[in-house]
Order: sequence, then C-alpha cells, then structure tokens
Amino acid sequence: MANLKPVPSAREFDLSRDSLRQLNLYLHKEAVGEGISRIRVQNPDGAHSIACGLDAELDVHIHGHVGYYVAGMNKHASVTVHGNAGPGAAENMMSGRVHVKGFASTAAGASAHGGLLVIDGDASLRCGISLKGADIVVGGSVGSFSAFMAQAGRLVICGDAEDALGDSLYEAVIYVRGTVRSLGADARFEPMTDVDRAAVKGLLAAAGRSENPDDFKRVASAKSLYHWHADANQEY
Amino acid sequence: MSGLQLEESAGFDRHTIDYIQRAAASGLYEIRGLGAKRRVPNFDDLLFLAASLSRYPLEGYRERCVTKTLLGTRFASKPIELAVPITIAGMSFGALSARVKDALGRAATELGTSTTTGDGGMTTEERASSKTLVYQCLPSRYGFNPDDVRRADAIEIVIGQGAKPGGGGMLLGQKVNPRVARMRTLPEGVDQRSASRHPDWTGPDDLVIKIKELREITDWEKPIYVKVGATRVFNDVKLAVHAGADVVVVDGMQGGTAATQTVFIEHVGIPTLAALRQAVDALDDLNMRGTVQLVISGGIRSGADVAKALAMGADAVAIGQGVLVALGCNSDTYVAEGKHISALDGYTALGTSPGFCHHCHTGRCPVGVTTQDPQLELRLDPAVGAKRLKNYLKTVNMELTTIARACGKQDVHHLEKEDLVALTVEAAAMAGVPLAGTSWIPGQGPTP
Repeated sequence: MANLKPVPSAREFDLSRDSLRQLNLYLHKEAVGEGISRIRVQNPDGAHSIACGLDAELDVHIHGHVGYYVAGMNKHASVTVHGNAGPGAAENMMSGRVHVKGFASTAAGASAHGGLLVIDGDASLRCGISLKGADIVVGGSVGSFSAFMAQAGRLVICGDAEDALGDSLYEAVIYVRGTVRSLGADARFEPMTDVDRAAVKGLLAAAGRSENPDDFKRVASAKSLYHWHADANQEY
Repeated sequence: MSGLQLEESAGFDRHTIDYIQRAAASGLYEIRGLGAKRRVPNFDDLLFLAASLSRYPLEGYRERCVTKTLLGTRFASKPIELAVPITIAGMSFGALSARVKDALGRAATELGTSTTTGDGGMTTEERASSKTLVYQCLPSRYGFNPDDVRRADAIEIVIGQGAKPGGGGMLLGQKVNPRVARMRTLPEGVDQRSASRHPDWTGPDDLVIKIKELREITDWEKPIYVKVGATRVFNDVKLAVHAGADVVVVDGMQGGTAATQTVFIEHVGIPTLAALRQAVDALDDLNMRGTVQLVISGGIRSGADVAKALAMGADAVAIGQGVLVALGCNSDTYVAEGKHISALDGYTALGTSPGFCHHCHTGRCPVGVTTQDPQLELRLDPAVGAKRLKNYLKTVNMELTTIARACGKQDVHHLEKEDLVALTVEAAAMAGVPLAGTSWIPGQGPTP
C-alpha cells in the first residue's frame, strides 16, 4: 500500500494556454473517470461557453471574467465565477449551483429549470426570463423585463428592479426588497405570507446572504392573461 | 326578371363582410391551423424540360437513381445521412398527440429519413421510434433540456416559421393537457404563448455565440440547423451561414401551423418558390453551395414539388402538412380495428367538412391527428398512421426519381435549374428560370 501515489482531486486549466474545447471536453468526458471533482480555471479572459453542458457533480471555479453562457445547461455541477459574467449565465440550468461573485449581464438564468443561480452583484436586463423552475438570488438590482414570461421558480432581488418586472408571468414568484420602477403586464404585488417569508429566508441562506425576509415584497401573476380574450387587447 | 339585386362587391365580398362582422361581434382576431389558403406562385407554376435529343434520359424503371442525402457536413463530426432528400418538418407535441409523433418516427425510420421535434420538447415515443431525430431549440424553450440535446442527432435553432415569421406561437388551453403542461412547465388548460424571440440571445452576432455553445455542449458532434421563416431570405440565409450553421432551413409562407392568427398566415412572409431562389442566391453569393446544406419547406406536397425544389438548389425538403394529410387530416374517415369509421359528425361539430378543415387549434381533430383529447387521439393508430405515411413518402420519392431519370440524372441532386421553365411571368421572376418557350427570365436580361 505504501507504493500507491496519492490520487489528485483537483485539476487546473489556464485558458491563456489551454483551449476552451480542451476544458469542456475534459469536464464532459474525462474528469469523472479520472476521479477529479474540483477544477480551477485561470485566465478566462471573457471566453464564452465555459463549463457549459456539465452533467456531473463537479466543483468548477473560474477566476476572472467570463463571456456568454457560462455554465449553460448545467446539471449537477457547482460553478463559481470569481468575476463578472456575460449574457446567459446558467441559461437552461437543470440542477446544481452557479454563483457569480460579480455582476451578471443580460438574461442570467434564462429558461433555467432547476438549481440555484446566485449573483452577488447586479443583474442586467431580462434576468430570469422564461424561468422554468430554478431559483435565482440577486444581491444587487435587476434590469428591465426581468422574469419576463417566467413560468415557474423564484427570483429574489435584494436591490431594486427596473421597468416591466414580471411581465406576462405564469407561475413563477418574485421577491423584491427595493423599489420597483414598474410592473409588467399581468404582474401584481401580493401580500407576503409566512410561507413566502420562509421561502425567502431559505433562499437567502442558500445564497449566503443575511437580508431580512420581512423587507421583501411578493410579485406574482394576476392570471388575467391565462386565457385569450378580447379585453386583453395589446397585452396578450 | 327578378327584383333581387345580387351584385357582389369585389372589395367587400361575402368573405370580407363575414370577417368584419365576426370581428365586430367578438373583438378578437381569428386563429386557425394549417397554412395559407390564398393562391400564390408555387411549384405548380414550373415545368421540367425532360431529356430528348439534346439530353439523354435514364431508363425509368431500371437504372439506378441515387437519393442519398447528407446534411450537416460543414462542422459536425457526425453529419446526418438520409436515404432520401425528404424529411419530416418540425411539429410539436402539443399540436400533435404523442401517438402521432410516434407514427412520424416510425415512418421516417422505415424510409431512412429524419423527423423533427417541435415546440414542447422531445417525447420518449418519438425518440424511441426515430432513428434520426432533429431536436428544435425554440424561443419558448419549452421542454428543452441537455439530456435531449445529447440524445438528438441534430439541433435546429428555430428563428421563425413560414406561417408566422416574426410571430410567437400559441397553443390554446384545450390542448394543454396534463402531459403537455408538465413538459412545458405550465398550468393545465392555460392558453400557452410561445415567445417570438429567444430568451438568451438577440441578433446574428449573438447567434454565432449561441451556436458555439451548442457545439461545445455536444462536443462538436451534432449538426446545427438554423430555421428561418421566409421574409428577407437573402440576408437571413447569409447571416445564418455567417453564424456557423451547418444546415439552413427556409420555411415559406405556405408552411403550416397548429394555431396562428389568420392575418399572419395569409399576409406575412413570401412564397416558398421565391424564398428558395433567394436562399440559393445567398449560398452562391457566399460560395457555400455544397458546404452548407439547404432544406426548403412550406407547402411541399408531391414528388414534382421535391424535384423542382432540388432542381432549384435545395439539398432536401421538409414536409409538414402533407404528412398530416397522409395520416388522415381532412379525411372523412378514420381507421379503427381495420375498418373505416365516419368522422363526419366531428367535422360538423366544428362547423366544417372534410377537405376544408383547419381547426387544429381547437384540439377537436375528428381524425385524431391534431388533438390531445384522450378519446380523439385513439382515432390515430400509430401503426396505421406510420404505414400510410411511409406509403406517401415512398410515393413522393418514386415520383422524384422518375422525374430525375427522365431528365437524365443518376442522382436526384444532379437536377438543376436548367431543367426548369416557368408557366407564368411571376413564377419565372421568383424562381429565376425562363418563361416556357422563351429564354426570358424577368429581371435578369432583355425581353425576348
């Protein structure tokens, strides 16, 4: 037994030297087989599609700013961006956790079905657009049309929201702590219940945050656009 | 001489009066299924110049005529190889029942071609029955997930649809049954809207990055198609090619839909004939013919249509409405336990008749094709449907090879524009082929 070498549990990629293809191929097809669970990525330099399509319980840490679609379609993995993220961070995520330590650009968490997306800073336009069941916690503020046509899941906004928050919502719920410039079509404020406060508390805890759940307001669908009718006019 | 004054107005004919009065009564635009009903220049306006003295024909019943078709050879490491250049267009589970999707897969597999998912995700039935399945990535992303991306044989990014380019989709609540609702993450029975724009990208520059993301997720194995509804086709095809598409699908205005505003179906987009020529011009302009494959759809019905499309420069066609008709759409009967059963009561209840029905949006399809009703969907036996569809597609393919042989081609992909003439000035201009009996192509040279 004394001859056995220790098995490495971490691997590092440097995108100033290694290609994106090498990195993603490794994450998709080699890491699990090699028993590697922690991967460190240096010098991302705004590259797109880093760590997209993961399907294993990997722990990926990206040190620097990333471009579009970081951790896109993520399943099972935990991906942490120690920097800012471009558009579509964690788009269509199914499960796992994506944590952007900085700011996120447009469409963060777009169409995500599951898992948790945490953005410590602000998120730009259309955060949580078309959300399908994932949870998103934004430490800062969100841009216009956030949670547009969001179908399921929860969006917690610790800061403010710009125009048209929750436009054409289905069953997703938004919790917002700051001011809302305007609500979108069919979105409305609703009273916070104990269930809501517990949900916010749990999500904030999962995101490593300490805001008071009592400070949040609930936004949900009035469901007046659930059925096509003449009075919906241009809002349908 | 009777005292009745029955002079109908050209501008305010009975159809127009009915439209205005219905709008006045309801305050709602009309929604319906299938495609444009107005007559537009189409493949019927073209004819083949078969072989005679100046060309040498192949023996029609004996000599081999190749129909093998490769799609996605540009970047994908696993391109699609089809036995025929006739594919089944994307149609959603939701618009169609799971049984119908199963039937499409069975027929496509038996014929050696591909079928395509639609808005609403991939059903287990269609994946199991389809040897080659193209998985659509639509603006709504209903049911879109990485497992199915990996299970697919190709990915088709849908920008638009010929019946409603620029418009989103709609599935009325009566078709959103528990399974459809679950797959789309929606409450049962709501009128479901599909977005007209993708949630995570806007514009051609973003599309480049989106395509690369899908390539990374699939480890560059699967072909990426980009589908556009026919409007500014020349520019759109060029942009799709620049964005990195392996295959461009162009859907003309005659393409079908499960539920769209009539005003959209009849007044938005350009005919398939014109769209095809513009798409081919775009590929020629980029010197990309043969590198990026072109699939044309929108009202393709017969082997003649397919042959004309290939002669104009398409690599393959996709058929939607023809497929539904083969399954029994607009038939006066459906087949149960080997017997033809009248469906006339169902048509009557919808206020229509076989041959005229476009009521896919209601979910009350009398022949069990475009329905989610548990009783009505039983009217389509997947095995019976698959057999009928296979027969239809086989017939279309035989017609195609018959024409190709008559034009002296050993491969259907050798059909060329030079084999075609047009019956009308409009078709000649749109298709870019000479008016029959002349060498005149309107817009491309001196008048005869």
